[in-house]
Amino acid sequence: MTTTYAVLSEGLRKRYGDVHALRGLDLAVPEGTVCGVLGPNGAGKTTAVRVLTTLVTPDAGSALVAGHDVVRDPAGVRKRIAVTGQYASVDGDLTGAENLRLFAKLLRAPRSRADELLERFGLTAAAGRPARTYSGGMRRRLDLAASLLVPPRVLFLDEPTTGLDPHSRNGIWDAVRELASQGTTVLLTTQYLEEADQLADDIVLIDEGRAAQRGTPAELKALVGSYAEVVVADPSSLEAAAAVLDRLTGSAPALDAGRRAVGAVTTDTTLTLPRIVRAVDAAGVHIIDASLRPPTLDEVFLRLTDRKELVA
Amino acid sequence: MNALAHDGTAVLGRHLQRIRHAPAITVMTQTMPIVFLLFFGYVFGSALATPGEEYRAFLVPGMLVATAAGGLMTGMFQAAQDSHRGVMDRFRTLPISRSAVPLGQALADLVASAVGTVPLILVGLAMGWRIEGTPLRALGAFGLLLLFRFATTWVGILLGLASRSEEAAGQLGSATFMLPLLSNAYIPTGGMPGWLRTLAEWNPISAVTTAVRHLFGNAPVPVDAAWPVAHPVAGALLWSGGLIAVFAPLAVRRYARR
Repeated sequence: MTTTYAVLSEGLRKRYGDVHALRGLDLAVPEGTVCGVLGPNGAGKTTAVRVLTTLVTPDAGSALVAGHDVVRDPAGVRKRIAVTGQYASVDGDLTGAENLRLFAKLLRAPRSRADELLERFGLTAAAGRPARTYSGGMRRRLDLAASLLVPPRVLFLDEPTTGLDPHSRNGIWDAVRELASQGTTVLLTTQYLEEADQLADDIVLIDEGRAAQRGTPAELKALVGSYAEVVVADPSSLEAAAAVLDRLTGSAPALDAGRRAVGAVTTDTTLTLPRIVRAVDAAGVHIIDASLRPPTLDEVFLRLTDRKELVA
Repeated sequence: MNALAHDGTAVLGRHLQRIRHAPAITVMTQTMPIVFLLFFGYVFGSALATPGEEYRAFLVPGMLVATAAGGLMTGMFQAAQDSHRGVMDRFRTLPISRSAVPLGQALADLVASAVGTVPLILVGLAMGWRIEGTPLRALGAFGLLLLFRFATTWVGILLGLASRSEEAAGQLGSATFMLPLLSNAYIPTGGMPGWLRTLAEWNPISAVTTAVRHLFGNAPVPVDAAWPVAHPVAGALLWSGGLIAVFAPLAVRRYARR
């Protein structure tokens, strides 16, 4: 069976003055999947979304969204997408209900659909208030509701939960999961590894306007590995602990004499914290703290981009 | 075309809703001309050689046209405010006509200014100004006022979309109140030095003002003036039509630029 791609881009480039926002970005998002575009601020995530949603013309490269070329047939793309931006793309001067009814009218969706979405996103009580008085979470829900008036083939979410409290964030996540389960293709950008982990089938890590690495969340985490660390009571036993970690993880441990800590990266997914503690304890080392934690975004990012540079 | 009318009406509704929620700016831009009318009519009018009532009857049509020219300022301010907001990005990603968003704004401005001019007209009537021509001609005068408003709004929309910030648009916009000073809206051009008179008579505001005075039957057409003022109705139509023909497509192109 051949894969149909909802988003397919090749060599996208975009420069703003001296800033190269995109330097040849390739993306391939199979239909019906959720793709997380992960990267720090300034990596080119927002520019990528702006190009794919026809807001910006790329300097070079090509992109097909839902089968239509973003440069040659932007109207064809616009009929099949919806975008929820990093900055609320609703009208703050209008009430929640007025916003949804306006977009419903423009999209030829029935007015009842607007009311239905207000209800579904818990905005009925606030429907008569200007959107500028909404909390960040409410605004983002209204924004997402506006994107669902007519179910899009491809939904773009640009940092949908940046700046939201955990409760609001979970609400957005649930809505995205529901959409994905109904077969909508979603491309979301995020700075949070956890968000990509929770929602995405595939992650593209972008750095300086290019895809630095791609894979499923599990593949990327396995590639980076977890970080095992033990803190010892007696500084003289650091070396002994390091030897054990070296044997268990197969990578060179780093010593932090000040914190009396030694840590090492492991890509062995069968390695557990009790095994580490038992092995170090068996070597006669007095442990006062131990941890085995998944990599943070910073670590994933630094390690995977370093790795890329090592290869290059 | 049908789609454009549908989408334009939706955007028009949006702007009218905004005015209803935050009427302060609209009320202020429609109140200032009343203050000016009273100030010019009674402070300056008392010192002029012509009798005060005569000057005030001359001034009211001028103030109506100066207010219509305010479309430049409100168009610019609205467009600048919008273009720095996320909602414009949503409009741009919708499958709607590229003209719908600026057209809806211009039409909403037309509706708001038509309603907003009523108090100015009532104050003018209270000051002794009268429609002295036929009802049909008066209708023509109101038509020219609306057409000119529509034209200046399109110029404003282009400038607003092109402006770097809301503040810059606000400053440039408030400088436009000087434009009627360089025309025959408040004083006749006959006594101006030659070069200034030429400049003032080629100001679109002068042609429209002369046409409106002529159609309301308030003042004779100065036949020795520059062509647009000496042929005021044709001059007003050409100026307004020309501004729309040039600036509306430019504004739409600017809006659709990506």
